[in-house]
Amino acid sequence: MTEHHGIASAGVSAPPQEAPRRPDADGIPLLIEQSAPGRRAAAPPASDVPPVPLEAILPPAVLRPTPPPLPEVSELDLVRHYTRLSHRNYAVDLGFYPLGSCTMKYNPKVNEDAARLPGFARLHPYTPGPLAQGALRLMAELEAMLAEITGMDRVTFQPAAGAHGELTALLMVRAYFADRGERQRTRVAVPDSAHGTNPASAAMCGYEVLTVPSDRRGNIDVEALRRMADGRLAALMLTNPNTLGLFEERILEVAELVHGVGAQLYLDGANFNAMLGITRPGDQGFDLMHTNLHKTFSTPHGGGGPGAGPVAVKAHLAPYLPVPVVERDGDGYRLDYDRPKSIGRVRAFYGNFAVLVRAYAYIRAYGPLLRQVSEAAVLNANYLLALLRDAFDLPYDRPCKHEFVLSGRRQKRESGVTTRDIAKRLLDYGFHAPTIYFPLIVEEAIMVEPTETESRETLEAFARAMLAVAEECRTQPDLVRTAPHTTPVARLDEVTAARRPNLRWRLPEDPPA
Amino acid sequence: MLATIGVADVEDLFADIPASVRLLRDLRLPPAPSDAELLAELRAFSGQNADADRYVCFLGAGAYDHFIPSVVWHLAGRAEFVTAYTPYQAELMQGELQATYEYQSLLCALTGMEVANASMYDGASATAEAAVMARDLTRRSGILLSTAVHPEYRQVLRTYTAPLGLTVTDLPHEGGVTTPQAVRDALDGETAAVVVQHPNFFGRLEEVRALAEAAHAAGALLVVAVADPVAYGLLQPPGALGADIVAGEGQPLGNHLNFGGPYLGMLATREAFVRRMPGRLVGATVDARGRRGFVLTLQTREQHIRRERATSNICTNEALNALAAAVYMAALGPHGLRQVAEACVRKAHYARERLCALPGFGLAFPGPTFHEFVLTCPLPPERLNDGLQSRGILGGLPLGPCYPDLDHGWLLCVTEMRTRAEIDRLVEAVAEIAEEDVR
Repeated sequence: MTEHHGIASAGVSAPPQEAPRRPDADGIPLLIEQSAPGRRAAAPPASDVPPVPLEAILPPAVLRPTPPPLPEVSELDLVRHYTRLSHRNYAVDLGFYPLGSCTMKYNPKVNEDAARLPGFARLHPYTPGPLAQGALRLMAELEAMLAEITGMDRVTFQPAAGAHGELTALLMVRAYFADRGERQRTRVAVPDSAHGTNPASAAMCGYEVLTVPSDRRGNIDVEALRRMADGRLAALMLTNPNTLGLFEERILEVAELVHGVGAQLYLDGANFNAMLGITRPGDQGFDLMHTNLHKTFSTPHGGGGPGAGPVAVKAHLAPYLPVPVVERDGDGYRLDYDRPKSIGRVRAFYGNFAVLVRAYAYIRAYGPLLRQVSEAAVLNANYLLALLRDAFDLPYDRPCKHEFVLSGRRQKRESGVTTRDIAKRLLDYGFHAPTIYFPLIVEEAIMVEPTETESRETLEAFARAMLAVAEECRTQPDLVRTAPHTTPVARLDEVTAARRPNLRWRLPEDPPA
Repeated sequence: MLATIGVADVEDLFADIPASVRLLRDLRLPPAPSDAELLAELRAFSGQNADADRYVCFLGAGAYDHFIPSVVWHLAGRAEFVTAYTPYQAELMQGELQATYEYQSLLCALTGMEVANASMYDGASATAEAAVMARDLTRRSGILLSTAVHPEYRQVLRTYTAPLGLTVTDLPHEGGVTTPQAVRDALDGETAAVVVQHPNFFGRLEEVRALAEAAHAAGALLVVAVADPVAYGLLQPPGALGADIVAGEGQPLGNHLNFGGPYLGMLATREAFVRRMPGRLVGATVDARGRRGFVLTLQTREQHIRRERATSNICTNEALNALAAAVYMAALGPHGLRQVAEACVRKAHYARERLCALPGFGLAFPGPTFHEFVLTCPLPPERLNDGLQSRGILGGLPLGPCYPDLDHGWLLCVTEMRTRAEIDRLVEAVAEIAEEDVR
């Protein structure tokens, strides 16, 4: 078949002797490799003011001698490039994403429409308060709803992500103790099953990190915690349900212990999807927490963000919230900057507002029925666990909450196949793999979170794939070890990528450094 | 499903939660509306806001109303990008990974730096992380921070660095710019970094090369914060002028104003510093059959592995906004971006000249500016803004609250989006309001 000027010839041609090569068989060229001088995809508004020579406005020395070396492509080139890249992506809208601790649920499209309303998307952050009442009211109402859901008193929306919320929370703990003259509190306790961001956030806040072991039932080891709990402890950072998907059975004892030495109890709210309307962290004794709005209250993850990590606190910590906070002012709302004990700011402006709009729409759409979200999430997780529990090792045999952790150690011992291999083989079955090698306390960990939005049929199809891979581990271990076989690229060489980093394209005149 | 699990009721799955902390009532939330009602309500909220479609916007100060070509969000908004997660399984996520690699490349091309990460939270937090990075690289603890850096960036930098024991010293601006002499006077053997913004908060251009030389002579690094990278479509980028770290805000590259977020933090540096750089990085490599592919790399820097020794806790970043920024840069290309930057300069200059011709108005800091400038006004800028609002115009930012010595200072921004007719309307309105005030 020949092509002229992009129009396929109408003539009859012989069928190809071999299967045609897909245009992206060797990968999609980089944009810079598609560049041709003079092409352009978009024309910006022209200048319509009287033409003054540029040199009369700016000294020549400040100007770039040559324009930035960006690619020159047409709009169609650009559309095809990114559309083809998008075809090489896995996404919730394409399939099941059982990533434990990441809560990859379906995000209702109505939220997207809400966030794109021009009164939100086109609103400048320094618009005077009286002209931004709709945005401020949305924030105030979302704060009230989150306070009710978490059992807390006040909320800051400034943190842009969960880990950013952790940092913000610890800065508030630090400010609280500095205010009370308790500067000897230099330590933060973190369970060994915690998200890696917990110890990293504590370190960024200048704290010494104490690692608390887990006990045999997957709870925090209360006796070990007791030995660490003294006047030097500032806070315990706890995830509940924890990263094993288990509720901390002795939570009240833990809260009493932490408060008994005057420390603060912090909740990493990454797993809050399991608890909506069932139990409130504020009622369990937590003093402050972050919520991952993008997980629990549904913003699409965007390939790694944006998210939002608002921090909710009990009243005694409210004076330390970042500035500004939204306050009621007569019939309206205003931003309050006059908060002398505030930790300051952790971000410019007020947070990831468009994510707040989505969370607001999501919570309103459920209202008091929010509890059903968590019930379904927990039911789905336990059902999937029941389907898989015989094929893999189960390190902690308890009813799980919204996620559970299996171990591939049996497969590794019997066939030499690792959890990484199993994850890669699942890709051939058309599923994204679960979270692997986390939490660190489980050997060859496989962490599965189905979420409430998946159907029974999807859960069963995924279980069949997992069971088939378990069977392959016994019968054809090499097939698993060399997976994936059907993805656009085969297993990638991560060692070379790290040893000889190639982190950007280089033009011919721009040799590797 | 319950029978397979082996329980009689969903409630049994929650039996391990102590009864005393179970919520035995419904959540006190407003009753759920239908989707149609919900959208109507949100439309009403959004309609109470003076957005940049309904009002003519002369506000800048860290958030910029640039033209966003339709192609940007038609592509960045594709569900395969929007509903994907962090690319932990590289073989399934080559699209996201290649797009991020290309974003890193485009950002390097724009800033003149050698490596860029996959994005941070925003310009302010990226600047703060750059200061921490400079501490790690130099093993020194002093930060010299120009007062011509965005006030909110400075607040965030102080919040981040205080618990780490860094000492932050203000560098006064002189006539709206940071002088190399002021830097030399303040530098000492403990200075890890000099932090300036270019173009700075007042819209002025800093002498980046001289500031870099001053910093380097004392063994310190130069961190250049950026509020609007569109400027580098026209101006010499910091990388060509000796900057060691460029930290900035990527919102102006194809991202909406969004009442302040989500935006995206940009971070770029020299190749030699890459292992001290926070945030995710995507690298090119090959697959088992020798084909080009992309992976998350140098992850040993990250909290997944280093935990309490990690240099940063960044996990979720702003990947979708970075994608939009990449599409934007590629859509405009070298000449389009230069055209945007030039239109900004010309239109801002036109507005500046016309406003300064009004009685009592003048430039607070004479000298070249990019698309922002500070006027001194014969009346409080708040009063000007009030008058402009009733005429459908969002005026500039009053500087008094952040800079008490500039209590009649008014920071105005003119992007390529403002037409000559809109600028003329602003000038006439300002003249009227000022005249009314005299009477």
